[in-house]
Amino acid sequence: MSDLRQIAFYGKGGIGKSTTSQNTLAALADLGQKILIVGCDPKADSTRLILHAKAQDTVLSLAAEAGSVEDLEIEDVLKTGYKDIRCVESGGPEPGVGCAGRGVITSINFLEENGAYDGVDYVSYDVLGDVVCGGFAMPIRENKAQEIYIVMSGEMMAMYAANNISKGILKYAHSGGVRLGGLICNERQTDKELELAEELARRLGTKMIHFVPRANVVQHAENRRMTVIEFAPDSQQADEYRTLAKKIHENAGKGIIPTPITMDELEDMLMQFGIINQVDESLVGKKAAEAAA
Amino acid sequence: MSLNPEQREQAEAAIKEVLDEYPDKTAKKRAKHVSVFKEGETACQVKSNVKSIPGVMTIRGCAYAGSKGVVWGPIKDMIHISHGPVGCGQYSWAARRNYYIGTTGVDTFVTMQFTSDFQEKDIVFGGDKKLAKIIDEIQDLFPLNHGITIQSECPIGLIGDDIEAVSKKKSKDYEGKTIVPVRCEGFRGVSQSLGHHIANDTIRDWVFDKAEPKPFEATPYDVAIIGDYNIGGDAWSSRILLEEMGLRVIAQWSGDGSLAELENTPKAKLNILHCYRSMNYISRHMEEKYGIPWVEYNFFGPTQIAQSLRRIAEFFDDHIKEQTEKVIAKYAPLAEAVIAKYRPRLAGKKVMLFVGGLRPRHVITAYEDLGMEVIGTGYEFGHNDDYERTSHYIKDGTLIYDDVTGLEFERFVEKLQPDLVASGIKEKYVFQKMGFPFRQMHSWDYSGPYHGYDGFAIFARDMDMALNAPVWKKTKAPWETGETV
Repeated sequence: MSDLRQIAFYGKGGIGKSTTSQNTLAALADLGQKILIVGCDPKADSTRLILHAKAQDTVLSLAAEAGSVEDLEIEDVLKTGYKDIRCVESGGPEPGVGCAGRGVITSINFLEENGAYDGVDYVSYDVLGDVVCGGFAMPIRENKAQEIYIVMSGEMMAMYAANNISKGILKYAHSGGVRLGGLICNERQTDKELELAEELARRLGTKMIHFVPRANVVQHAENRRMTVIEFAPDSQQADEYRTLAKKIHENAGKGIIPTPITMDELEDMLMQFGIINQVDESLVGKKAAEAAA
Repeated sequence: MSLNPEQREQAEAAIKEVLDEYPDKTAKKRAKHVSVFKEGETACQVKSNVKSIPGVMTIRGCAYAGSKGVVWGPIKDMIHISHGPVGCGQYSWAARRNYYIGTTGVDTFVTMQFTSDFQEKDIVFGGDKKLAKIIDEIQDLFPLNHGITIQSECPIGLIGDDIEAVSKKKSKDYEGKTIVPVRCEGFRGVSQSLGHHIANDTIRDWVFDKAEPKPFEATPYDVAIIGDYNIGGDAWSSRILLEEMGLRVIAQWSGDGSLAELENTPKAKLNILHCYRSMNYISRHMEEKYGIPWVEYNFFGPTQIAQSLRRIAEFFDDHIKEQTEKVIAKYAPLAEAVIAKYRPRLAGKKVMLFVGGLRPRHVITAYEDLGMEVIGTGYEFGHNDDYERTSHYIKDGTLIYDDVTGLEFERFVEKLQPDLVASGIKEKYVFQKMGFPFRQMHSWDYSGPYHGYDGFAIFARDMDMALNAPVWKKTKAPWETGETV
């Protein structure tokens, strides 16, 4: 067995992290890689396409039933899906209560201590939209993910999020050795999307490793709780994910320490590409009627 | 009045010496918290109630300590849940020697410890359900409790549990039972002081504003003791004096106090306030809302006791004033006998204090009644208004240290060589090992009471016991004294 590779997918909520990661990991499995997926989102939807399941029992919900996480066995939480991909969902509280961040920490510690990582080639963490607190930064801390892949698009908020996640990586890069693997642009068909993604990658000191075109087949596969790789292996889109998987596989050890940019720089960049307009300072804070006068 | 001029020189030199030992940044900050009192100053010229500097050893506590340990904990017929992981509850178990009358575990609960003992899953999923269950269990196991308070530990604020909603729901389930959520998470504020304030505010919002009117037969002589925690029985030895004056004590806050007493306090004619720091907030509130005047008093040592009794009597009619004079006259021989016995053994001895809410100033005159002299004092968590009040008690040349650090306190004592150090348990063994007699002034060293005339007799005996114990003659090694073994 080669050395264990740990990667993580981050990105703005709703950008398609889980879809992109499951399709890519399914393609990696096709390449003969043994894979463990660790879902780190209280929604627990990081493994449904692999397992064909609505929602997997999560580490934390099972721990709550059993009394504590020490009462669990690894078999209770580990499910196997497409091409023997192992799946775990960390889970977490319902919205508005408790501390989901602490939940991520608890789950990952449990998995490590109980040998969930033994005998796999890849561990992939799928983390919720924003790194809102220390708990969600767990996978980028010491001895966890070596490379982070940021899923983004040409939308402004997705780019903000990508830049913010880079700041998080930078913070832990020197103490832990985490690196930015690259950007994955999930096409939203916004203006100059490819150019913009490439420019942001350049500014962050990385590259846009793949541009995943938009295709309806992804949705058709999702409706059947399947990856495109499994649902339509001969489709053009399946090839896109295979290409991405290959690129990630060959990207081992090539991650970089990102150079996040300031808010002003980011806005300047968006202006250059005509995504946002130069702000007329004389109009800031004026109501429509006042501005018209 | 002033201390010996040498005392000032020594104090100033001690400050300079200790500040020189600090890194520049620390020295600059700490310089504002230490001073030598000059006659005529109004506030001791020290900065107070700001964050302690990381890296120093501070003696302070936290907001939870201020609420659970000080204000709420002694209310004897209510159950106080230490809500969060087990440590805070474990280390505040058994309270601060707040004596009370009752059958523990049946109708009173002060020395018991109730905790929600948070586990990992309670942090992740929130502890509200567990809290609700604990309240149900308390109702089953201790049906004679009169109310419940929820004392928040740090994690409650971090994970955002809605303890107010649980309190309201459970209060409804149990016919309007008083259940008080207290947001006294330890990370709030700079010391226990904010915990006192938060606890005061919860009495206003969850006891006064929610209490159903109950029958109460008022008299013109109703007073409430505010800010006496009945350490070693302090409130009892105070209460008897007030009763002998002809007053009726309708509430004790909060030593040996009960929920009914809290609820009845807005019917008092006068609130008499001992610990200003921890309960001025609720006294001011009662003044504004119910028009109840409040007066500060000091029941340490015969000089202050007599002054305080007369000050309290001023709020009442001539009958009370006459009675008051009789009380003072009655106890005068007792006080004189105590002084006659102990003053010869204690006169001229120097004391350095470092305590909490009121004692850094209140006990000074009691020492002076015994012929002793306080040469240094300071507050753990005092505010500017405490230091203003202190200026009436201290003499020119007194060393003042706010939120003293471990290093400062040791150096100051080394330099000024007092005959007695009077502070808390964390300081006790340090100074005793340095060869200084020591008395704990938080818990009265497991003795007390010290309030009132009866308390003064015990206070004098204890100070003599500490100072004149033969052991202090044995603290020098034979080769230091030249003695042959």
